[in-house]
Amino acid sequence: MDAKQGRKLDFSPILVPLLSIVVALEFGGILVLVQGINPLLAYEVLFTTAFGSFDGIAITLAKATPLILSGLAVAICLRAGLFNIGAQGQLISGALASAWAGYTFVGLPALVHVPLALIFGAFFGALVALVAGVLKAYRGVHEVITTIMLNSIVIALSDYLTSNPFKEPDQPLTRTPKIQDSAQMPDLLGLPLGFFLAIGLSITLWWIMKNTTTGFSIETIGRNKNAGWYAGISVKKTVMLSMLIGGAVAGVAGAVETLSIVGRFEPAFNAGLGFDGITVAFLGRANPLGVIPAAILIGGMRASASTVQFEAGAAPELVDLLLAMILFFVTAPLLAKFFKNRKESVAMTSGWSN
Amino acid sequence: MKLRTSHYITLAFLVVFTYFYRKDGLVATSVLYTAIQFALPLALAAMVGVMCERTGVVNIGIEGTMLFSAFTAFFAGAIMKDTVQGMFVGVFTGAMMGLLLALMAVSWKMNQIIAGVIINILAAGITSFYYRQNYSIPATLHPIDLPVVGAWPILGPVLSFHGPITYFGILFILALWFALYKTSWGLRSRAVGEQPASADTAGVSVTRLRYMNVTIAGAVGGLAGSYLALEAVGIFERGFTAGKGFTALAIMIFGRWNPLGALAAALFFGLTQAVTNQLMIDEVVEIPPQFITMLPYILTILVLAISAGKVRPPAAEGIAYEKEKS
Repeated sequence: MDAKQGRKLDFSPILVPLLSIVVALEFGGILVLVQGINPLLAYEVLFTTAFGSFDGIAITLAKATPLILSGLAVAICLRAGLFNIGAQGQLISGALASAWAGYTFVGLPALVHVPLALIFGAFFGALVALVAGVLKAYRGVHEVITTIMLNSIVIALSDYLTSNPFKEPDQPLTRTPKIQDSAQMPDLLGLPLGFFLAIGLSITLWWIMKNTTTGFSIETIGRNKNAGWYAGISVKKTVMLSMLIGGAVAGVAGAVETLSIVGRFEPAFNAGLGFDGITVAFLGRANPLGVIPAAILIGGMRASASTVQFEAGAAPELVDLLLAMILFFVTAPLLAKFFKNRKESVAMTSGWSN
Repeated sequence: MKLRTSHYITLAFLVVFTYFYRKDGLVATSVLYTAIQFALPLALAAMVGVMCERTGVVNIGIEGTMLFSAFTAFFAGAIMKDTVQGMFVGVFTGAMMGLLLALMAVSWKMNQIIAGVIINILAAGITSFYYRQNYSIPATLHPIDLPVVGAWPILGPVLSFHGPITYFGILFILALWFALYKTSWGLRSRAVGEQPASADTAGVSVTRLRYMNVTIAGAVGGLAGSYLALEAVGIFERGFTAGKGFTALAIMIFGRWNPLGALAAALFFGLTQAVTNQLMIDEVVEIPPQFITMLPYILTILVLAISAGKVRPPAAEGIAYEKEKS
């Protein structure tokens, strides 16, 4: 995109996120210092645990997998001018659906069972997002409110389902039975298969956005709804389609987490993966490829949060704090002002009435 | 108040009240009392939305404002061993959050939805990092036994014996209605929310008025947060506001950006929750607790789906004001 707009190479899409991470870490450091914890030690532990060894990197990439997908779910919608903060709910819906498919169907070969469970995840993730998409397209209800409300509804509903009809029998915990072995996603080269799936989906969506009419429609209504309408693009359809894609990808995120890491659905397990997707998407500048490094960074921070607590004495919520700061600085146009040629490219969601 | 909403709510109220009163007078009054308790934080939070959006700033950060204020109010109250001082800290925190939103939305001209979401995520991140267990406030804010009104039959036990924030909040909502429609501040605010360029031409400083209103609104959000932590339950937990800030936005839209309309809508929400709770306690209906949790969220979506197309938000809402360029 940048290559087309100007001849000069524009580094700001990389520099701005990097700079905001640095500034966020500094501010976060001050907030950590207030707690009497040495931020330098905390950061050192954080980054060496995440990226300092091969094992560490493998864990980081496993943690990054659902984040790539949830970041993608938010990013695609941002491209269409929609702010999907419901990736969390869509992810949980997908996780539960895939767990159900994973333990219910017996006797399928893995080659059938794993894709089937993934499709279940994608479908139910998309279903949740579609509610918001339809309400947006036909009733003009702002997606931020509906997706947030849907998050809470899905969380309550999944809690109900796992403590009643889908509950693992004869034990006290609120969780589903374990998925069949045939639904277990295998590892590849020491990395979870889901990681490659996530990368593949990122590239596919990047390609779709760049080279297809669908991608063009999404980009166009994201830039300017009226222009899209004049150009003969159905705004309603495109809004719903973007939400569907976003929801499906978020559902896959939940499914991958269930089928390769958790092995069943447990309400507490997927906490926050969808919300981190928001930070991932902004850090990756709503670019389907940009979310990959963003997710790896955040995955690394998440992966080493407990080590930081152990070795530096900082509560694992330190990562929540840092991510919030990163989001603040990456979206605030302060840093971007250093880069004059930069044109605003992401996120043009506006008021309620559109 | 020419709102049809209010008719429905009155009707719903009467039906419910008669139902419970025929069974047990005490239960009936306690349901209404609880309804007010549920409604108040929603109503106050909706006022945050009304004040901001009437001047053209979308505030989706109400949730974060309330969460952060509840957090500071609770811990300030616990550390200073003084609930009232905690409340002031909460209100001040809210004002600061409002100021931050104004900074992002008015000065930096950021996308206002994103600015609000940032406030929510910042609040969630900071409160969960600094959260500590084993703190407690000395006592919740003392309920006030209203003279005269407290002795009334039926209505007395419903209206009396609420905490100070409840009474102040209701007075504030009435005052806000008056100020918005009957004072020059209100006229200016609404003008800035509808036609900032015209207001600017008429000599109103769009920037200053937006800053002022968004900051005051933040303080109101701080009061709502303090209410939750200091008056309603007297505790603080991570993620404690549970989406009330978003429900409040639906209430604001349902109430057509009118303080009294939003108050009525909030009472409707409060009543629904109180009634459901009572039905569950009476074992009239057997509803899994998760569905009770879901109720306000489903109601929010339904209300928006029904009313969104029919109401008109302030025209300049969500758009940063740029002075005419030469």
